[in-house]
This record gives sequence, structure tokens and C-alpha cells, in this order.
Amino acid sequence: MPPSAACFQEEHCRGRLPVIDYKYSSVWFMFMKFTCLSKGGGNHFPPCHILDVCGFRVLLECPLDLSALAIFAPFLNDRHSIVPEETSDYATHKSLDAEYVAQKRQKVEKPLDANDLIHAEPWYKTVNNLHLWNVSFIDVVLISSPMGMVGLPFLTRMKGFSAKIYVTEATARLGQLMMEDLVSMHMEYKQYYGSEGSSDPQWMKWQEIELLPSSLRKIACGEDGAELGGWMPLYSAADVKDCLTKVQTVRYTEEACYNGVLIIKAFSSGSEIGACNWIINGPKGNIAYVSGSIFASDHAMNFDYSALQGRDLILYSDFFSLDTTEEMDESAFSDDNDKWEALTKSLRRGDENLEEREKLAFICSCAIDSVKAGGSVLIPINGLGVVLQFLEQISMFLESSSLQVPIYIISSVAEELLAYTSIIPEWLCDKRQEKLFSGEPLFAHVELLKAKKIQVFPAVHSPKLLECTLMQDKVDANIALLPFKPMSMKVLQCSFIPGIKLQKVQLMLKALQPKFVLFPEELRSHFITSNINSFSVSHYSENETVCIPSLKESVEVEIEANLGSQFQWRISKHKNLNITRLKGELLVAHNKHQLLSRKELAGSSKNMPLLHWGSPDPENLLAALSKMDPKRATIEVGAAGTVISAADENLASQVFEALGSILDGI
Amino acid sequence: MAIECLVLGNLSLLFTLFFTSKLHKDFIHSFLLICLGAGQEIGKSCAVVTINGKRIMFDCGMHMGYDDHRRYPDFSLISKSRDFDNSLSCIIITHFHLDHVGALPFFTEVCGYSGPIYMTYPTKALSPLMLEDYRKVMVDRRGEEEQFTSDHIAECMKKVIAVDLKQTVQVDKDLQIRAYYAGHVLGAAMFYAKVGDTAMVYTGDYNMTPDRHLGAAQIDRLQLDLLITEYGTYVHTVLSCPHMQQLYEIQNMLERGNFLKRYVNDNTAKCSIVHKCVAGGGKVLIPTFALGRAQIIFLIIIQELCILLDDYWERMNLRVPIYFSAGLTIQANMYYKMLISWTSQKVKETYATHNAFDFKNVRKFDRSLIDAPGPCVLFATPGMISGGFSLEVFKRWAPSEMNLVTLPGYCVAGTIGHKLMSGKPTKIDVDKNTQIDVRCQIHQLSFSPHTDAKGIMDLVKFLSPQHVILVHGEKPKMATLKDRIQSELGIQCYDPANNKSVHIPSTQYVKAGASDAFIQSCLNPNFKFLKSGSEDNCDSGSESTKALSPLQISDERVAEGILVVEKSKRAKIVHQDELLLMLGEKEHKVQFAYCCPVSIEKLEKATTKDLTPETNALVLHKCSLIQILSTRLSSELSEGNIQDLGEHLQVESFQLSICLKDNCPYRKIGNSHYKSEAVFFCCTWSVADEKLAWKIISIMENFDQT
Repeated sequence: MPPSAACFQEEHCRGRLPVIDYKYSSVWFMFMKFTCLSKGGGNHFPPCHILDVCGFRVLLECPLDLSALAIFAPFLNDRHSIVPEETSDYATHKSLDAEYVAQKRQKVEKPLDANDLIHAEPWYKTVNNLHLWNVSFIDVVLISSPMGMVGLPFLTRMKGFSAKIYVTEATARLGQLMMEDLVSMHMEYKQYYGSEGSSDPQWMKWQEIELLPSSLRKIACGEDGAELGGWMPLYSAADVKDCLTKVQTVRYTEEACYNGVLIIKAFSSGSEIGACNWIINGPKGNIAYVSGSIFASDHAMNFDYSALQGRDLILYSDFFSLDTTEEMDESAFSDDNDKWEALTKSLRRGDENLEEREKLAFICSCAIDSVKAGGSVLIPINGLGVVLQFLEQISMFLESSSLQVPIYIISSVAEELLAYTSIIPEWLCDKRQEKLFSGEPLFAHVELLKAKKIQVFPAVHSPKLLECTLMQDKVDANIALLPFKPMSMKVLQCSFIPGIKLQKVQLMLKALQPKFVLFPEELRSHFITSNINSFSVSHYSENETVCIPSLKESVEVEIEANLGSQFQWRISKHKNLNITRLKGELLVAHNKHQLLSRKELAGSSKNMPLLHWGSPDPENLLAALSKMDPKRATIEVGAAGTVISAADENLASQVFEALGSILDGI
Repeated sequence: MAIECLVLGNLSLLFTLFFTSKLHKDFIHSFLLICLGAGQEIGKSCAVVTINGKRIMFDCGMHMGYDDHRRYPDFSLISKSRDFDNSLSCIIITHFHLDHVGALPFFTEVCGYSGPIYMTYPTKALSPLMLEDYRKVMVDRRGEEEQFTSDHIAECMKKVIAVDLKQTVQVDKDLQIRAYYAGHVLGAAMFYAKVGDTAMVYTGDYNMTPDRHLGAAQIDRLQLDLLITEYGTYVHTVLSCPHMQQLYEIQNMLERGNFLKRYVNDNTAKCSIVHKCVAGGGKVLIPTFALGRAQIIFLIIIQELCILLDDYWERMNLRVPIYFSAGLTIQANMYYKMLISWTSQKVKETYATHNAFDFKNVRKFDRSLIDAPGPCVLFATPGMISGGFSLEVFKRWAPSEMNLVTLPGYCVAGTIGHKLMSGKPTKIDVDKNTQIDVRCQIHQLSFSPHTDAKGIMDLVKFLSPQHVILVHGEKPKMATLKDRIQSELGIQCYDPANNKSVHIPSTQYVKAGASDAFIQSCLNPNFKFLKSGSEDNCDSGSESTKALSPLQISDERVAEGILVVEKSKRAKIVHQDELLLMLGEKEHKVQFAYCCPVSIEKLEKATTKDLTPETNALVLHKCSLIQILSTRLSSELSEGNIQDLGEHLQVESFQLSICLKDNCPYRKIGNSHYKSEAVFFCCTWSVADEKLAWKIISIMENFDQT
């Protein structure tokens, strides 16, 4: 990690603070500080944020921008057919004569071709802004989806990394499979290109970057050229294994307690099996972190939005909320009487998965057409849910058109993946859970595998004729398909980016009644700003820190009854206050502050007021003193204080008591 | 807290009332337990607990031994008007055994309870199978009138909310529940329930024995006011109806802890009876029940046993086949597949490598294999060797002493199983014409207690609740355990009888808002440096050890603050420094002062042997005098941190400096007493250090006497 200015500042800040109480004192008055590190892109690259709650630094997600992999030429068995006659040209790349550069530049103006891609062992693009933070100061990492986990080994293998990572059991397993698949895929590249050594690869040199066509350069270094630092060589299988040992898995809505102060809970988000939203409960309030969510899913457990009700702050981090012009029921916005009822009603309306189902049906029918025409269908996939449903649908389609076509799944982890999905009913939607209770398989692929209608292969070794392919997600199809051009096959691109409709988001936020909402700046314009909102909204954009002030002025403390029995109450002379000193032991555990009595502390104080206020009236004082045995003592009474001087302890304390009787004190 | 509701809106009253009352424990009852079943008996579990006004029913079991009204709990005790929805917050079922879930459809569909019911995923999946079998036995085979129908079971199960382990469920605004792994049968859970500050755990049956295959109960170290634990000693009940008896046997076989342990124990190869037999070249016959839908559950256990045996065989490099007779299916049934994550860690791991249950050693059996040479393990029906395939195999295998037959805990009279269990017959009449020699080994599965007393003691000790209630056990045994818990662990323990209620107070807390300054001050380190040779023990230690003894540093953080209660406002805890600001008052500082004379000669003699001879009192610099005093005091004062600040000396709030005034108002003894050899030190302190101050003064004044 390159040292940076930001990194320095961090250290500086730290150094000035008292080490022992850093967690509490420094940011005690601040409820939360929030910085968006990356707004991500698509469901394969979720947003990444960092936030400071009660002095604990929490990293939200650790993704990789896998779409950036497209700038690398894929490894193909038959390379010469892809890079014809240009191999010599490629070899002279290193010469920097001006003419050549100019020639190359000119070429940029031409449409991209396969030779523009980088022919080298790929590196992987991490969240660049994350490198500006010192990993050893991260206390907690929360991962909400398998895609939010694929960058984690980069973090966990760093020296000084000691954060607690919370991941749901299902996400951890799926994420592990995904990372293992990535590593095994990368092995093929490695074998092909050979090992590069430890130094930065050739393509990362500025001269080389300069030569890249602008669209590829943008992917490599971002708009301002700053993102080049985010590229990393891939982690190893050992790194993945090590990463998983550092992960603390949690079950559905299990309460995990960090350091006695933060209580962290995962609630289903609906976007994937095991995917979740998090609730962080701290002494100064609670935060609901909403990652990409879907109200009703056809496979995963539905978005549990009711759990987000009445939170202090909702951190809305779904950049892919869809803005549709669909008319929402206006009454839902105005009806204040029964918000919750209205919400549930409105949210149930407009079936989001209907759209998904239609898309799947369309793909299936296209696939059937290709198959009927004697072709094969290649489906690159990355969303697990879509695959599972697709397998169910396509097999139904095939059956109804009485076609006997084998379905192959090629992945090093497919077998385990399919097996795993059939044993976690806890993370599935109600419809699938019903299957458990009636003893049916959770997904159709269980039967299909048994009937050998689906066959799973760990790798493909024979190239097949491509007739029709299908793209998912918002990948730039142009770049992704570049190496295979010219192609004669049909290409069908279909986006499966899940997202809640913005109108529904607004409705939901209104009903959930948080005090604060953090919302992406990008979506601001789509958001109806109305003063009917009971909460205040802050907008955030990448790399800007938002501070949310403390919502509660005090921390709730529970006083043990035993301690209470030791209290000696005093009634303040004015204002009618009851006050007492209390002395005990503060126990902080499970986000609870408890004051407990301690035997050695009990009875030690003689109930002498240690603090006085007001001013003693000399006459009253004389009257009080006159009750005592006459002895010699000096009492100096001033406006700000009194000095008692007596020859012996007894007398001094008697005078003190007399003074106490006419003064307010505690 | 019940009391909080009463006096809400006048907190100052609450505090006085609450804290001054010495009798508060007598009138604040947070828990109320009514045992509707399983109080001092075994058979049906049903306990209704009221926590701070919330009512939970734990388990809703039926008694398999009764045919009359005694088979169900007396629900009328919950609500005379039978308005169960309003009198119960929820029902929690710990596991699928009939004595825990048997009365549920009756309660929901016949009695009309329609509130929430919680159980784990496996319990929700498997309970209807048990209930359906039970219903069938009752109606079809006994010809009884229906207590509930199949539709009732289906409708009842629809009302059930399935929960995951450790999932924190908010039943309503105040009531929170959570399930923990209990290890007794598939899906068995202990349940935690919390209302306000009051928390409890209801265990159901659980398994505390640590075992490599079956996880022992796993629970967090919770802060509990009450623990209700089952003391389910296994008592064999002989039921009048043979079908019910079979159901009962199946249910008991389902205790994986006992069943599997007998067959597989991989710690030492010699321990497994099955292994012992096959190692000697013998054949093992395991008669197995196949009855109704419950057999699916039973097969789950068999399945698990197979996985373990298969895995065990692999590791031991054994090539002994495991067979299933027709009628039993070796196909992994869907339930087991889907619920595999609820079984033990061991099985889960095996599954990951095994993939989709292709057992290497498990095969289907056919008749030709009966006389095949070599060892094998065979699962065959029926369970009591009353006929069918298990009898056929038994006839052939019984004459060889190498073979082994395992029997269920109980066999109906007249079956071969029953004959084998009564005495040690060497010859058995299979029918009128056939008599066979029995030389094989017979092993009967005798069930040990669900959880033994040690297990309960371990759990109680681990959780250290304020109170313990024992249910589901025989009276004398529970009484013994109750005494042990009270005497050994010092925890209040109860063993209520059926339909009796227990009242239990809970730890009470009063809530107050604490200021940041207060919390911060509590967390500030409070270092204390103690010389090991402090006053109390320096007498015993000699001078030399005293010099060597290291400095002890303690960091005992004490929370000190001021509790402020204003009428109709929330109580607040503030730091002392904040109070005046809150009151809008100025501090009136009250201090003590004393001008203390010290004899210089004595002071010098006592402490400054290395001072140059020409030094005298008059030329002594102020600072060096302070220094001398400091050294002197630190040798005599055990407490306090003496700070030498040059011009003055400070110990906590006690301050001391040389007084040059001739007529110091704080000087209580005239100059005449001391003349030139005396130096005066003016001391001031505040009341907190009153004791310390007078101690220092007395040390200083007594310098001349030492």
C-alpha cells in the first residue's frame, strides 16, 4: 500500500489522543462520521463505505471491481486466431519512438479491437480510496453479500489488520466459493503467462497506460487517473483460507456484540441468499445500513424492512434504486394515520419479481429457439439467484417443448454451490420454506441433477460452437465481447440489476420514521423533497465525510437496586431537586451500561458533602455554631469559599457540619 | 418492571419508594410460573411463565400414558374464560417429541388459540409427522373419537413461525426470544426470553455430554434471573396399545445422543460394540421400526448413523458392508438433506466432502446375502423382531456367537424381542414347529437419562442464574438435585408440582440518563501505586524485603457521580463538575486550614544525615526543606501519592507550604513553644481528605518525639 497524505493525517490525529480512552472520549459527542469510499457499479461491485460509530471504525463491504477485468485479453487456447499478424507489433510495444506512439494514438480513434486489450496476467481492481486508510485502525468489517466479500483477502492478509469481520453464514460460504472460483480461474492465466515476478507489471507503467485507448484507460485509472493505485495482483488460495478463519459468521438476526458496546445484527435484504442489511446499536443511537435490497424475491428471504422501523439513522446505500415514472398511490404519501399499514399495502403492490420472471421467460424462449434451430446456448452468469431460477424455468420450457437437451454448468465450484443452496432453508423465501415443511426439495435443480438433466463440470476443455450468448449486468458488452470478434452468433443482453423503485424507497423511509437519512447524492434529484418528511436527509457523495451529531444527550444507565439502597438523598433548597452521590462500578456489556454496587465501596463514605454552593448567611451560621461547645476555631467566610481552622479534627468537623447545615451541598 | 408502571410520571417518588423500601423483594414479583404438566412428573411438558406481565407457554405436550383428560394439560388454568389469545403472548415449542408438542393442535384448533407459536425449522418440519402418526394410532387403531384431525395439524402448523438458532425474535415491543442449540434431538432448542430487564431460559430436554458427533448444548453466558431446566430422567412407560408403544419407542430412539453413541465411538476403536462385532467377523442385526410417517424421522437418525459409520469405516480402513433391508430406504430423504446444517458439526463437515450422500459402504440387502460369508451390518424391520425380515435374518444369525443383535428399549410381550430381553434364553421357540439356538450377543438399548444431574449442575453453574426451577422429573430425584443446587451453587431452587405456581422476584434496575462527562470519568484510568510493604503487612516483612518489594499498580475504576431527580423528569447522572452548571449555582469552596509547627532539628536528624554540617535551619532553602519533609513523609505514610512541587507539597487535595507569617490565623499554638528551631507549614485541604490530612499533621507534629 503506498503511503499517502491521508494516511499520515490519520496517524497524527491518533497520536494526540489519549491512547487508553480513544474509543470513548475522542468521538463521544459525535454520533457518527461517514465516508463513502466507492459508490460501486452494479450488483457485482457493491458500494463501499467507512463509518465511525462511537469511536469504532466500521468498514462496510470489501468488494472488487470485477468489471475492470474486461481490459485484459482473455486467455484462449487458440490465441493466434485472435491476435493475427499483430504479434510482432505487440512485441515492439516497448520501443518508445514518437512516431510509433503517434501511430498508436491514431489507432485509438478507430473502434476498439482485440489487440487493444492488455495481454498480460490480469490484476484486480480494489476500492482505491480504501488504500488511503490505515487498515490497522479498522475495528469492524460488515459484509452484506457474497460480492461484497471478494476483496476481503486483500485486507485480511495485510499486516496490522485486526478488525472483527461479521458475515452471515450463508454469505461467507457463497463468498468463499466465489473467491475460490476466482482463484482457480486465475490459475489458468498464470499458467499461460507464467509468473511475472513481484515488481509492477509492464502494463502498469505510465508509458503503457498512455498508449491504452481512452475507454480502457478510463477503466484502468478512473476519470482523474487516480485509480491506478487500486490494482492488485490476485490473492492466493491460502489467502482465501486465511481470510475465512478471520471471519465471524452470524446466523439470521443473531446478536453479535463488539467490545461490549456495539450490537450488530443482520436482517435479510432479499437480494441474494444470505444477503443482509445491518443494524448497529450503539450507546448513542442505532444505525440501519441498507445495502441493495429487494422487497420480494423468488428465491432469497424477503427484505425485512420492518426491522428497520424507528431507527435513529438509515444509511441508504443502494445506488441502483430504479427511478420509474410509475404512478404511486398518492394517498400513501399523505395518509399519516396508519403509515405502517399503508406502507405494507403499497409495497406489496407492483410485483418487482414479476419483471424478473418475465425476463427469465424471455431468455428461456430465446434459448429454446436457438436450441430448436440446432444451436447451443452459452449463458455467462454471476447472480446465484438468477441461475437457480433459470435452471428451474429452462427445464420446464424444455419439458413443455419436449426437447432433450443437456444442460451443462461449468464452474470449479458449481457442484458445491448447488449442493449448498439445497441445505439452507433458513435464508430462503417463504415459498421455498414451505417446500421444506412438506418435504420437497427446495430448488428444482436437486431433482434435475439426480435425473442427470443438469451436468456439472469443473472446467471446460473443448471449445464449443457459440451460437447465442447472453450477458447479464451492466458490463460494457462491447469491451467484454471484443476478443471474440468477429462473431456470428446472436447476443442477447439482459440486465438483472435488482433495486427498489425510488418511490417505494421514499415511502418506506417515511414509514420507518428514522431521525436521519443518509442518501446518495446521485439520487437526490429523483427524490421528492417534501416537507412532509419527518426526518432530515443528508446527501453523500464519494470521498466526502458526513458528520451526524449525537442524537441522544445522555447514555442510558441501569442502576442496580442494591446500589440504590445505599443512596443518601438530599433535597436541594431550591428547584426542588433530589440529589444523591452515587459510587459504584460501571459495567459495559452488550451495549448496556450498568452501575453495580461494590462491596468495598459501600459504607466507605461518611455522607459528608464534598461540594457546596450558595453563600452562608453569617447570622444563620452563628446560630448554628452557638449550639456547639465553645472552643477556639477560626472561620473565614468569603464570597467564594470558607476556610475552617481548628486545633483538632473533631472540632474542625463539627464546624464543618454546622456550615453544611446552612449551605446547599452534596 | 411492574413497579415502574405504577408510579410512572413521578420518578422522584419512584426512587424514594423503591430504594427506601427494605421489603421490595416481597412485593415485586417478576416471574410467575404455572406448571400445567411436567411438574414433578414425566410425561407432558407445559409451563406457563409470566415475566413482567408477558405470558409465555413453553411446550404444549401430551401424556402418552393416559387416555382420559389427563393426557392434555389443564388449559383452563391459563384463562377461565378460555380467552387464550389475550392471556398468552406466545407459545414456544422446544422439540418435536409428543410430550412437548402433542397437545398443540388441540390447543390451537380445538381450544382456539391463534397467537404466535415459535419453534425451530426442524421442529416445524418434523412435528407434523409425529402428530399425524399419533392421531392415526389414536383413531384408526384404537378406535377413539378424534381429538384433532389431519386438517387441524396442517392448520396448526401454518400458525407456526420457524426460527433459526440464535435468531433474535422480537415477539412484540417488549418480549424478545432466542433459540440455542440443545443437542437432544434434531432441532431441539433451549429458549431465552427477555422482557425489559428480566431474562430467563427454558431448556427443554438437552444434552450436556460433550461428544464428538453430537454437539452438547451451546448457550451464551447470559445474565439470567431464572433458569427453568428439565430433569427428564428416562422412565420406561409401558403403554397399553402396542402401536402407541412403537411410536413411543421410535420417539425415544430419536434421542440421537444415546442412539448413535452406542454404535459409533471413534475415540478408541474398541469402544464401539458394532465395531467389536464386525472386527471379530460377526454380523450385526439392527432391528428397526418402520411405522407411519414418523419413520421418516427415524430414518434421519439411521441416515446420520450411516454417515458416521461410513466415515468411521473409511478412516479405520474397514471394508464391512452396511445393508438396508427392503422397506427401509437408503435414499437420503429430503428432510434430512435440507436440515443437515442442524445436525452435528461432524456430520456437516462430512457432508461437505461426501457430497450428496454417496455412501461407499452402504448397500441394499437381499435374501441371498443372509448366508454370505464375512461380517456386515444390517438394518431390518420390524423393530421388535415380531416377524418379517428381521425375524427371517434373526433365525439364521442367532446360532452364531460372533453375531450381534441390538434391541430397542422395550418390546411388546410375545415378540422375539421380548423373549430375548427376559432372561438369557439359549433356545427360543419361533413358532410351534421351530426352535432356534440363541448363541449370538444381545444388546439392549437402555436409555440413560436425557440429561444427568451432572449435566444440569454444569449448565446451572455456567449460566449462574438468580433462580432455578426444576421440571419434568421424578419428585425424589428433583428434590436431591434441588438441595445440591442450593447448597453447592448457592442458587435458589424450586421444584413445583403440577398446577402450582411459583413466584420469583427479579433483579431490579432503575434507569437513568448519564452525561458524557460522567461516562468518561468512569472510564478514566484510576491508577493507584501501592508499595507492597504497606502499613498492614510491613510489620511482618523485614526492612530488606520491603526495599525489594515492587510497586503495585492497580487500576480500579470507580464510577462516581451525582444522581439528580427532578419531579416529572427522567433521572440523570452527572459528573460533579456538571452539577453546578445544571443548578446555575456557584461553588462555595469549604476548606480546612492548619498551620503546623515542625521541629527542624528533629526533622534533620531523622532524615538528612547526608546534609553538610554547616547547613542550618536559617539558610536552608525553602525547597530543600520541603524536600526533606517529602522524603520523611513518604517513609511514614502508606497511602496517597506525595508530590513535591518545589514551593509546596501535595497529597491529594492536601497542600502544604512554608508559612513565613508571624501571625498566621491558622496557627493554633503560639510561636513561643518552638522558638527558632521550629518551622511552620501552612496546610489546607478539603473535606474529602480529612482523615489523610490529620494523619499527615500528626506525623509532622510528632517528628520531635521520634
